[in-house]
Amino acid sequence: MLELKNVSFTVSEENDTRTIINNLSLTVDDNKFIVITGPNGGGKSTLAKLIMGVKPVTSGKIYFNGIDITDMSITERAKLGVSFAFQQPVRFKGIKVLDLIRLAAGKKLSVADACEYLSKVGLCAREYINREVNDSLSGGELKRIEIATVLARGTKLSIFDEPEAGIDLWSFQNLIQVFEDMRTSIQGSVLIISHQERILNIADEIVVIRNGQVAEQGSKDAILPKLLGTSSAISPCEKLL
Amino acid sequence: MLDEIQKRLLEEVADLHEVPEGAYNIRANGTMAARNTTANIDIISKEDKSGIDIKIKDGTKKQSVHIPVVLSQSGMKEMVYNDFYIGEDCDVTIIAGCGIHNSGSQDAQHDGIHRFFVGKNSKVKYVEKHYGAGDGSGKRILNPGTEVYQQENSYMEMEMVQIKGVDSTYRMNKAELAKGATLIVHERLMTHGEQDAISVYQVVLNGENASTDIISRSVARDTSKQKFEACITGNNLCHGHAECDAIIMDKARVIAVPQLDANNVDAELVHEAAIGKIAGDQLIKLMTLGLTEEEAEEWIINGFLK
Repeated sequence: MLELKNVSFTVSEENDTRTIINNLSLTVDDNKFIVITGPNGGGKSTLAKLIMGVKPVTSGKIYFNGIDITDMSITERAKLGVSFAFQQPVRFKGIKVLDLIRLAAGKKLSVADACEYLSKVGLCAREYINREVNDSLSGGELKRIEIATVLARGTKLSIFDEPEAGIDLWSFQNLIQVFEDMRTSIQGSVLIISHQERILNIADEIVVIRNGQVAEQGSKDAILPKLLGTSSAISPCEKLL
Repeated sequence: MLDEIQKRLLEEVADLHEVPEGAYNIRANGTMAARNTTANIDIISKEDKSGIDIKIKDGTKKQSVHIPVVLSQSGMKEMVYNDFYIGEDCDVTIIAGCGIHNSGSQDAQHDGIHRFFVGKNSKVKYVEKHYGAGDGSGKRILNPGTEVYQQENSYMEMEMVQIKGVDSTYRMNKAELAKGATLIVHERLMTHGEQDAISVYQVVLNGENASTDIISRSVARDTSKQKFEACITGNNLCHGHAECDAIIMDKARVIAVPQLDANNVDAELVHEAAIGKIAGDQLIKLMTLGLTEEEAEEWIINGFLK
């Protein structure tokens, strides 16, 4: 489904170049639920952005279902079947939740169908469907709407960049439920960047990214025990402390 | 193929193309094309100059007046004075609009001054839409002015819209508010090409508890220029708020000039202005949903100007 071959990403800083992703190779199989974790600054979010095309790779190749997408635009990748939930969802003046879900679905969904997606992320659809995606929404609400847009897209590959970031503990409990449900219902592969033990716990596979490289990759049962107690797998309460 | 903005614009000015219900006066190329009055709303032509007096009786509720103006003749220039006398305890909607289609090489220009005398406890919604079309080299020029005089506890809401096709606009709006009166203004403006638009609002809050909220959302594209001036004077215990929110694109220029004049210790006046390009994150988000960059831009602007 997704294959990264010797991917590197460097940034220039004054007289220096810094390597964020270093000759990284990774394969994601069909219909897998994969959690990417690792220490802060290890390159996880950058990796997600390289896959979506938000940032261009410096070298290496990315293949999606056998197609070389390395030089494709965000739009082209989206149309091929990649979707992306932002760590910090974007706000829009004047664009309604309904508009965003319809755009995500790529067709003029009925209001009832659009509401389905909101219900799946635990929002009372009637209250939200006609609201603008603006500053009036809380971080937790915005995050769930972001996830609803990815559900509405229903693509072969869904990427979530730290879905737990910026939301309160109460919302977090609900969010876990959303991912547990998604785990059983979504068709395709899911790639989640997360530090949360409870999210790691529902993974088929865990990938640990450190210093821009894959430090470890394997089944949850093989990897998770090694991570417990480190910053790569923390319980929600610890994170709040 | 119309883009989203043009489609919405056509919807918005569609009431220029059909005969409205209630009282109306349709002016085409400088002369009256149609008029209808009702038991409560009278429309009388001015004798000393070009224009009409609209008289609305006390207690008139849920009625509307349409006064569209259409110019389709290149080289046409006119200056019109329309006065609205709104009685007490009314609840009315006034829809004015000007569409200019100029296919010729000479400028077509409509200048109009609308004066509103709003009676005690009356509620007025005023909608003014501007539209320019035609591919002639002659300019489409609109210079509208409004003067609003609000009596005690009256409420006026003004919606000013100019989305496309007008080459040059100078809009001067003045208002004076008595005790307990409220004035809400929503301006939506988009300029493109080499267009030029100036909007000036001068609101004087004279009475105790008078309040105003002036909100402008604008988009400036290509090499167009915009200037927004909001001046609020507070002469009593009052609340005034002005907000200018602009998206700047290409090589456009946007100037926002706030002026708050507090003449009383209990006057609360606030001004906010923000000018910036479309946020990159917004474009990226919509592109991850499968839109092209151009489509994403149209969606963002369309939403912003909604």
